[in-house]
Amino acid sequence: MSAEPWQRAEISGPKKALVFAKPQVVATKVKMAKRPILVVGHEAVNTNLGEEKVIDYIISVAKAAEIPVVATAHIFGEFVKRGFQPASWMSVMDIANRLQDPEWKGLDGMGQYDLALFIGIPYYMEWTILSSLKHFSSDLTTISLGRFYQPNATCSFSNLSLKYWIECVKVIISELGEK
Amino acid sequence: MSKKAAHLKIKELKTDIGVLKDLELSIGRIIEEKWAEPIGPTPFPSITDLREWDFKLLQRYKPLYMPFCDVCCLCTYGKCDLTGNKRGACGIDMTAHQSRFFLLSCCIGAAAHAAHARHLVEHLIEKYGRKFPIDVGGVTVEVEAPITRLVCGIRPKTLGDLEDVLDYVESQITHLLSSTHIGQEGNNIDFESKVFHAGMIDHVGMEIADMAQIAAYDFPKADPEAPLVDIGFGVVDLQKPVIACIGHNVPPAIEIVDYLKTNGLYGKIEVCGLCCTAHDLTRRSPEAKIVGPISWQLRFIRSGVPDVIVIDEQCVRVDSLIEAQKIKTPVIVTSNKICLGLQNRTRDPVDKIVADLVEARVPGVLILDPAKAGEVAVRTAVEVAPKRKKFKVIPDIAEIIERAKKCASIGECNDCRRACPNDLPIPEAMIEAATGSLNKLADLYEECVGCARCESACRAGMTIHSFIIKAAEKKLKEEKFKIRAGRGAVQDLEIREVGAPIVLGEIPGVVAFVGCANYPHGGKEVAEMCSEFAKRRYIVVASGCAAMSIAMYKNEEGKTPYEMYPGDFAAGGLLNVGSCVSNPHISGAAVKIASIFARRNLRANYEEIADYILNRVGAVGVAWGAMSQKATSIASGFWRLGIPVIVGPHGSKYRRMLLGRKDHEDDWYVYDARTGDRVYVGPAPEHLFYTAETKEEAMVMIAKLCIRPSDTTKGRAIKLTNYTDLHKRLYGTMPDDIHLFVRTAADIPIIMKDEITKILKEKKWKEGRVPDPTLLLRLIRKRKE
Repeated sequence: MSAEPWQRAEISGPKKALVFAKPQVVATKVKMAKRPILVVGHEAVNTNLGEEKVIDYIISVAKAAEIPVVATAHIFGEFVKRGFQPASWMSVMDIANRLQDPEWKGLDGMGQYDLALFIGIPYYMEWTILSSLKHFSSDLTTISLGRFYQPNATCSFSNLSLKYWIECVKVIISELGEK
Repeated sequence: MSKKAAHLKIKELKTDIGVLKDLELSIGRIIEEKWAEPIGPTPFPSITDLREWDFKLLQRYKPLYMPFCDVCCLCTYGKCDLTGNKRGACGIDMTAHQSRFFLLSCCIGAAAHAAHARHLVEHLIEKYGRKFPIDVGGVTVEVEAPITRLVCGIRPKTLGDLEDVLDYVESQITHLLSSTHIGQEGNNIDFESKVFHAGMIDHVGMEIADMAQIAAYDFPKADPEAPLVDIGFGVVDLQKPVIACIGHNVPPAIEIVDYLKTNGLYGKIEVCGLCCTAHDLTRRSPEAKIVGPISWQLRFIRSGVPDVIVIDEQCVRVDSLIEAQKIKTPVIVTSNKICLGLQNRTRDPVDKIVADLVEARVPGVLILDPAKAGEVAVRTAVEVAPKRKKFKVIPDIAEIIERAKKCASIGECNDCRRACPNDLPIPEAMIEAATGSLNKLADLYEECVGCARCESACRAGMTIHSFIIKAAEKKLKEEKFKIRAGRGAVQDLEIREVGAPIVLGEIPGVVAFVGCANYPHGGKEVAEMCSEFAKRRYIVVASGCAAMSIAMYKNEEGKTPYEMYPGDFAAGGLLNVGSCVSNPHISGAAVKIASIFARRNLRANYEEIADYILNRVGAVGVAWGAMSQKATSIASGFWRLGIPVIVGPHGSKYRRMLLGRKDHEDDWYVYDARTGDRVYVGPAPEHLFYTAETKEEAMVMIAKLCIRPSDTTKGRAIKLTNYTDLHKRLYGTMPDDIHLFVRTAADIPIIMKDEITKILKEKKWKEGRVPDPTLLLRLIRKRKE
């Protein structure tokens, strides 16, 4: 399936992200990964979804997948307030830098990751970070979990309505096994 | 520097071997330098002379590339797909291509400043003569040109001396630019070294430009009490004819003021400016007004306020002429860099030009003589103003509501939002406007960068930016603030007083807010950051658009930061050094600390001084809205001196960072100059070029990047107090790397002793020592056998 970038000028190619046909595929990819990691930016705290925020859904995803979370920018405390302990705080520049270092031992000293999921980073900034990883970390699969198409990820949603995106995230949580 | 041109002219000379007639022999110039300071190893360095220093920095701060494009399309071999480690037809790979692109950006930026400097110097020499003395601060500033002294090894004394420095600057830019040609440089680290060179050269060019204009135009000379001047949309007197000057090269604006004074019109016509021309105009004429940074250009023109627009160069909206025509305002372009297709009328009589503009026979003119441009601008404004009656193209509320209804009927296409750099929720605001409320449109004003991409994208032709301006009209008219006029250099005396506390760490750092206005959430964030660090007794300096943004917010008492904090280069001070070309006063202050306080030889001694700054001077640059090529070259000049720069999230689009790895212990060893021992000093400073996602992240990083290996234990404790306090407040937790910055138990802030000691135990911390740090083997005084 083809898609176009949310910010129209942020064109990529020839290598572009595959579009998830259905949210179950995200869960499958996470389950298949040996060393997944979830990188969450500050917009996860700013975006309201009714009474909840994106960060609340992301915590559910992280718990369901039992996946380490890196909180970027200043939002570490927002996770802690919600009773969730991220694996680390790290700036998005630092985590991008480490994810393309084959010698990096990871947050737990167990080695480099094979799957990195991103959400909550400003669109254009995530675009550049994913471009960096696309070009310089060939063994890493990247997934953009946000509701807009990120062409430099390995896989991304297309541009979705907020309502449908919430449904997709709920499916992912369900497929991963809600805890 | 004293120079003499040897010129021999012989009408007729009879000798044994023949007769010579009309012989003329010119030997250029002989430099007679009477400077006692010995010349260092790198006078007028070539593009490879400082390569070893660059490689030392780049070994620690490795580039992180974030390509904007998968291909290279610089030549007709291509496009070449560079994904997956492929090489292009010329053999280049993606890392080298990215570095090359960054170098191109720096060359563009450095060329813009150098050409600006050349313009200024030539104009001022024509007006005041080659022998006009350079004075940037009288007896308070003996080191008048720290960057030029450091790089070139000379002391310019007159306007004429500056031409020689510019010859060098221009030659270096040409060499650098040539290395980006196909089949030239192919190694990314060598490209990065050239990036540093471009930045260093840029600081020389900027310094020349500002020295020339400070001296010749009698700008404030290192004056901490430079006058407070008006800034903001609302400060312009709409009852008078208004001339708006836009750009960075101030001679035409100054000629306008001079013509007004000479002809008894001063005070009867309002002269205002946007961008750095406005800064420099108020340095000469404090009664002039600053409207705002680049993002104010469109809103100001469309408001219909200017009766004449005078454009010089750099960061001018290139559709200014089109926008000016909409409000029936004539445009005078004054630079050969920006001609906008207008006829060159430089040699025409003033009367004829004025008549053509007043009668709207032409939309604008090109006048390359600043004095003539000044006279034409004034006389045209006087005659045009009564005809125009401030004609504007901002729609009224009823029209906006009607047009918003049409927009709503089309459906939510999102084209405007998807074109907006800040992803602003314009569609929601338009839908609400269709119901009669403009509140959401008004809310967009604060974060709008004034680019009008939303309008270009709109398939229904909505003038969305104008809608936002109308919705926020009340706020716009209330924009009345004070900014301290650009003071220029930092005094030698000030350096003597703060040199020790900065190097020892007792003043926790020098934070420079510089660069453009492409902010993610408006200029308020810059003002907040500025106030935070001034309150914490850092020395805060500012320049360019950032200096303007800082002024445009008031505290509860109605005071702007410039009214709250003194203009001294001292703890808790807030200095506006001036325009873009004033940035070398900031890098120059760091250089002067090494020279004046530490008495290191300055002359052509770049590597040693940079090593000193990297290891001892806790200075950080913040370019929160950086967007231009000039911003890249300015930043690059700071990096080569070992001064880190933080950019806002849009800065990630510069596509290359320089990041340290605090988890790589080997990267953080220095030599102890006393013993030659290699000593671990922790990641200080951790990064050289870094994008922060939020202002909170930036503030914590600012505090951290001010830490330096040479801090005394007392100084380190103060810096750690600031870092930890900000981290706890903004992140809600203790920093996870505090153990890397504690060298001895005495570094631990007393008020946090228990917390930090506990962390040190968990991290199995071992006590280190405070060395006399250097990365240069040659500076070790006593080597181990």
